[in-house]
Amino acid sequence: MYEQIAFYLFSVLTVTLFLITVMSKNVLYAMTSLAAGMVLISGFFFILGADFLGVVQLIVYVGAVMALYSFAMMFFDATRNIKEKSTHPALVFGLGGMSALVLVMMFAAPLYSEKIQAFYPMHPEAGNAQDVGIVLFTKYLIPFEVAAVMLLVAMIAGIILAGKKMDVSFTQDLSVDDEIMKQKDAK
Amino acid sequence: MEATALGIVIKAIIILAIISAIAGFGTYLERKVLAFMQRRLGPMHVGPYGLLQILADGIKLFTKEDIIPQNANRLIFGIAPAITAATAFIALAGVPVFPDFTIPEFIPLLGGTFVPSVAADINIGILFVLGMMAAGLYGPLLAGMAQANKWGIIGAARTAIQFLSYEVVTGLSILAPIMIVGSLSLVDFNNYSSDHAWLMFTQPVAFVLFLIAGFAETNRTPFDLLEHEAEVVSGYATEYSGMRWGMFFIGEYANMITISILAAVVFMGGYNDLFFLPGWLAVLLKISFVFFFMLWVRAAWPHVRPDQLMWLCWKVLMPIAVINVVVTGIVMMV
Repeated sequence: MYEQIAFYLFSVLTVTLFLITVMSKNVLYAMTSLAAGMVLISGFFFILGADFLGVVQLIVYVGAVMALYSFAMMFFDATRNIKEKSTHPALVFGLGGMSALVLVMMFAAPLYSEKIQAFYPMHPEAGNAQDVGIVLFTKYLIPFEVAAVMLLVAMIAGIILAGKKMDVSFTQDLSVDDEIMKQKDAK
Repeated sequence: MEATALGIVIKAIIILAIISAIAGFGTYLERKVLAFMQRRLGPMHVGPYGLLQILADGIKLFTKEDIIPQNANRLIFGIAPAITAATAFIALAGVPVFPDFTIPEFIPLLGGTFVPSVAADINIGILFVLGMMAAGLYGPLLAGMAQANKWGIIGAARTAIQFLSYEVVTGLSILAPIMIVGSLSLVDFNNYSSDHAWLMFTQPVAFVLFLIAGFAETNRTPFDLLEHEAEVVSGYATEYSGMRWGMFFIGEYANMITISILAAVVFMGGYNDLFFLPGWLAVLLKISFVFFFMLWVRAAWPHVRPDQLMWLCWKVLMPIAVINVVVTGIVMMV
């Protein structure tokens, strides 16, 4: 009963917020509604009893990914509306709608036939985090490790891209200004 | 005993009432402690020893004109302080403050109700608290971006880098205690320290790292670059006045208390009975000590520069935290 009320509340709110994200022309509205939608999605995990995944959703998507987006958004003037350039709105609408439909059908098909079965059912007595850990370190060990290597590669690439003058303090050394001006001239 | 809905509601009201009262009173304490450390008297005029200063501050905040800048985004400008206050209090839902207790029978209506130690005893309490505090970064961030002010934008940018960076240190520093206890529930942390040594003695490195990162996450003085008056006027709060500004303040103090409670429960033995002290008094003393420690550091240390802040996080604290986790793992395996 409570779960159903919570589910419908969360779904309506999430869909509305993500609609605002897509429709709004204001950077600030889009960003806020996307972050709020991410918070509400973690609510679905809590309803399903997957506490651990819910909190991971909070920490990773709300705390880290969205914060990085918003960091990028600071390059825009947040108080003005953005003029979007869309040359083929009908094409975008058709392709987007089709892919969404295909995605929904892919995920809904096994549910509809009610043949879905958990290979690794939850153990309520062991707790959620343990279940996730056991599956990650047995069945999905290789994808897990590959993802770790991929993140390491991304991290090293990020450091190399950003760290060209890492040992120079920009606030202390005035010769850095000349350097920046030179690079600007070269461009 | 099983926690009833009534008990949880009572617990939530206790947390809300006590913490928001303490958060208000904390401003008075902060001014008094700072004043004594600088050989001043601090607030003295309103009430005995200035005790009613908080009341006067409250009246001032409520009656101040609520100014919204002309080009600001009014909706987000209004939502942002509420985000700070709300996330700070939601985080408190996951921390155990006092031991379980049953309301005595002689109290009418509520007598015999069992009040649990934590409002929402989810198995991953510690992650929930950290996640909610991470979500709290949207308060200063959106505030800075919505107010159409350059200082605000700089404050928002500093919010994003500071909170994102120090979340890493908080998470990694608390990982080693989690490995030792083998649970993410804060109640388990408390039970662990009832028959083991306090984790601040077995994990001193993690304790120090957690405190340093806690200072950064609550925007306390060596790291309060979000609203560094000398550099960026008032950072993300430049255009705020009256009650909206007060909500930022309450959120900040509630976050300080959350960090104090986390330090007390995870590293300092929690609400177990200590020698002759009952558990609730022991935990209150521990929380107050950490809170006082934050004020003490504010009186003793100057600000750091933003580049020093990042240097400290990524080149000093994070490697130490990783080494601490690896060493803990090796010691546990051997």
